[in-house]
Amino acid sequence: MQTEDDTAQSSSPRQHARAAELEFKNVSKRYPGADKPALRDLSFKVPAGEICVLVGPSGCGKTTAMRMVNRMIDITEGDILLDGKSVRGRKPAELRREIGYVIQQIGLFPHLSIGDNIATVPRLLGWDRKRISARVDELLELISLPAETRDRYPAEVSGGQRQRVGVARALAADPPLMLMDEPFGAIDPITREHLQNEFLRLQEALRKTVVFVTHDIDEAIKMGDRIAIMREGGVLVQYDTPDRILADPADEFVARFVGLDRGLKRLALSKLSDLSLDDADSVRDGTPAHGQANPDRVVFVDGQSRPVGRLGRDREPEPIGPVGNPDTSLRDALSLIMSDDNRPLVVVDADGAVAGLARLDVIAGALASHNGRDAPAEARS
Amino acid sequence: MGLLIAASGPVIPNFGGASDKCAVNNGFFCWNWFTQHWGSTFGPAVVQHIILTAIAVGIGFAIAFALALLAYRFDWMETPIAGISSFLYTIPSLALFQILVPFTGLTRLTVEIALVSYTLLLLFRNIVTGLREVPEEVRDAARGMGLTQRQILLRIDLPLAVPAIFAGLRVATVTTISLATVAAFVVDEGLGAPIFDAISRGNFKTEFVAAAALAILLAWVADLLLVALQRMVAPWAAKRRSSVVPRSVVRAIRGRRRPISAVRET
Amino acid sequence: MPFAAAGLGQQFLDSFTFMGNNTSHLLHDTLATIALSGAALGVALAVTLPFAVWLGHLHRGSGMAIRIANLGRALPELGLIAIFLAILGIGFLNVMVALVIVGIPPILANTFTAVDGVDPDVVDAARGMGMSELWIVFKIELPLALPLMFAGIRTSALFVIGASPLAAIAGGGGLGEIIVNQASYGFDGVLAAAIWVAALALLVQALLALLQRAITPEGLKAQARARGEKVVVGISDAERAMEATPSHA
Ligand SMILES: Nc1ncnc2c1ncn2[C@@H]1O[C@H](COP(=O)(O)OP(=O)(O)OP(=O)(O)O)[C@@H](O)[C@H]1O
Ligand SMILES: [Mg+2]
Repeated sequence: MQTEDDTAQSSSPRQHARAAELEFKNVSKRYPGADKPALRDLSFKVPAGEICVLVGPSGCGKTTAMRMVNRMIDITEGDILLDGKSVRGRKPAELRREIGYVIQQIGLFPHLSIGDNIATVPRLLGWDRKRISARVDELLELISLPAETRDRYPAEVSGGQRQRVGVARALAADPPLMLMDEPFGAIDPITREHLQNEFLRLQEALRKTVVFVTHDIDEAIKMGDRIAIMREGGVLVQYDTPDRILADPADEFVARFVGLDRGLKRLALSKLSDLSLDDADSVRDGTPAHGQANPDRVVFVDGQSRPVGRLGRDREPEPIGPVGNPDTSLRDALSLIMSDDNRPLVVVDADGAVAGLARLDVIAGALASHNGRDAPAEARS
Repeated sequence: MGLLIAASGPVIPNFGGASDKCAVNNGFFCWNWFTQHWGSTFGPAVVQHIILTAIAVGIGFAIAFALALLAYRFDWMETPIAGISSFLYTIPSLALFQILVPFTGLTRLTVEIALVSYTLLLLFRNIVTGLREVPEEVRDAARGMGLTQRQILLRIDLPLAVPAIFAGLRVATVTTISLATVAAFVVDEGLGAPIFDAISRGNFKTEFVAAAALAILLAWVADLLLVALQRMVAPWAAKRRSSVVPRSVVRAIRGRRRPISAVRET
Repeated sequence: MPFAAAGLGQQFLDSFTFMGNNTSHLLHDTLATIALSGAALGVALAVTLPFAVWLGHLHRGSGMAIRIANLGRALPELGLIAIFLAILGIGFLNVMVALVIVGIPPILANTFTAVDGVDPDVVDAARGMGMSELWIVFKIELPLALPLMFAGIRTSALFVIGASPLAAIAGGGGLGEIIVNQASYGFDGVLAAAIWVAALALLVQALLALLQRAITPEGLKAQARARGEKVVVGISDAERAMEATPSHA
């Protein structure tokens, strides 16, 4: 597959990225003077190299939980283990240098150049100049910023670029764990989506353990390998993969939080490549089609098997509309089908050649089969 | 005037008459001597001090207000006005008083010109910044509701600038009270006069302490009165904790809480 | 009285003649004024800066810092010198203490406000990356606070130099010595010294303004440009930082 090539390319910076396993063990937090605890008996484990998203309504304690990992906030009760070792015994400053830290407001140092910002932790760790300089270049390339950017000041780049610099700065010393508190929260939707995809691409290569805080369930579903859903009062309600949380919400609260459209959201998690496609009746060079049983299956193709037209329900040829590809999500595919009179969607492969047809009932069936697989003990209506 | 003898002058000590033992021994503060000389020395000096200050702050405010409105209307005027008033503010008080003497003599006019020129920077800056810090969206809302330029100035900008204007008034008043002591180099008025009198008596401590303490007290009372006045004029601004916080924060706070309700009120 | 005897221009001409005839005397006194003011400013900085930076870093004592600053600014320079004449008598110590007290409030208020006001997200990021508190103070907070802090130092210099001629009544020396001694130097001498003091104050302010521009970090200038604000804060902004809250009411 082509994706393998991609991965090999973009992972060049560091082949054996370290990642740490993170475990919350019965962690509670009570702020001085507060009558109720901010976090109650939080326990979960994040396997090395996975993105764990903490999600929940405002004030439910996501930030508190995240900031206890690098001891920006003291733990009241319980423990947090990093690769099996408690963070409680560690010197905070040293611990923090081993953990990447990204906040919504980014907090770039305005008086330092982009390069110096990125070099912060390596300098604290006492790396030599050459190594730091090489690392800065490497990271700028990784976040696709031109090399000249290193001498610019934060005020001289765009908001999206600043956010990327914030991520690069956190990655500088190749930490085994990254903490990210609503890192894309204050950014316009288009740039946000771009940054999300870019981060996922990075993560594909770097395989860090990531704790990612958001209050946006869609972002959680998109970014998370696992999602921890929290509710007011600092209680963890469900900790599971996105698909299972959508398929099988633990309770009313989760069901409401993920939304009534959770079925559709689940479709967004699967791609056309997960689906078995119907064969199309390919007709070459505009040869008129006669006597076909089902006009919906007829696709006119060119010499390279690329679709150029279809047969209408009135059996008249018409130009080809939008087509799907293996990476199109089932949700988008569904939408395309429904806006085209429920006709099956033409799917092309990486070369643009017709690969088959995706039928509405097959997509609906995929949803059902997920349910069957993931929630055998289905007890709800 | 101009008789000031520096420290070393061969003055025969004459500490306020032989009647008062404390005074004769030049004690740190002789209450009896002070009360005896309230009517003849300190009372009048306080009154003169208040008059010197009130005139200076009053005229200074009128000029600064006019200049601020000009600078508010015509942006380009702010820099030169601020530059000139900074220039005046920078000249040491004693020097400015003496430099003015050839023009206006050893008169109250000299004193007032100097004092007024010191208030300008403080008042001008505060008024302009107060007007400028009114958030643009508030002005926009007002414009959208059909207020004219003049109405916006009178009903939105000026009321919202009141805290800043008062802050400027307070600083200017306290500064003027402090500088008015120096006026005694030019005219025999204000709380600086007893200080020079004390020097001419051979450094009479009670008079030093009394004059200085009265000047400090005066500054403090004036400040309190201005705070009280501000509460009356703009009760909504009483809780403002502005100056400790940087301007951007002040702007953000005012932008969120104040102006919207203020617009609704009008 | 001098102004009665001679015309306006004549008086200034006389003062320039005085300058010509007494250049070395004036220079000597100017140096004395600079030394006195510089020493007072230095002491005020040494006493105030660590304290104010520390308070600002901890975000503690904002009420106290501002109250001290306001109390300080209500103290009349001449009155201070008079009080210390009563306590310490004539001499260098008196003058020094008075000038130091005059110099402290702007440094205290501005340094506290500047350090306290550093963007908390920037400090949070610094701490979260594992910087020590000392490192945060020196590498992050101080550079970012520098322009406003320096505005306070400029204001302090302005106050100290402004008060230094007054110090002559307590034996402070310098150009003030001539100004308060018309009996010995005549009005032409008084006027000459006054003009020199004014020129000195203006010159010092101009130099400090240039210095302030030079030490303002480039990144902050870029930030100010991007936001359409001015970069270098002036003495009037420092005055604003000192404005009273109704805290003692
Ligand atoms: N420093 C603090 N002192 C006292 N209470 C605090 C402190 N920080 C947070 N809290 C309280 O703890 C609870 C959890 O706060 P936290 O910031 O962790 O929430 P959050 O889930 O990150 O919310 P948001 O989505 O708004 O960022 C809230 O009720 C908050 O008011
Ligand atoms: Mg939060």
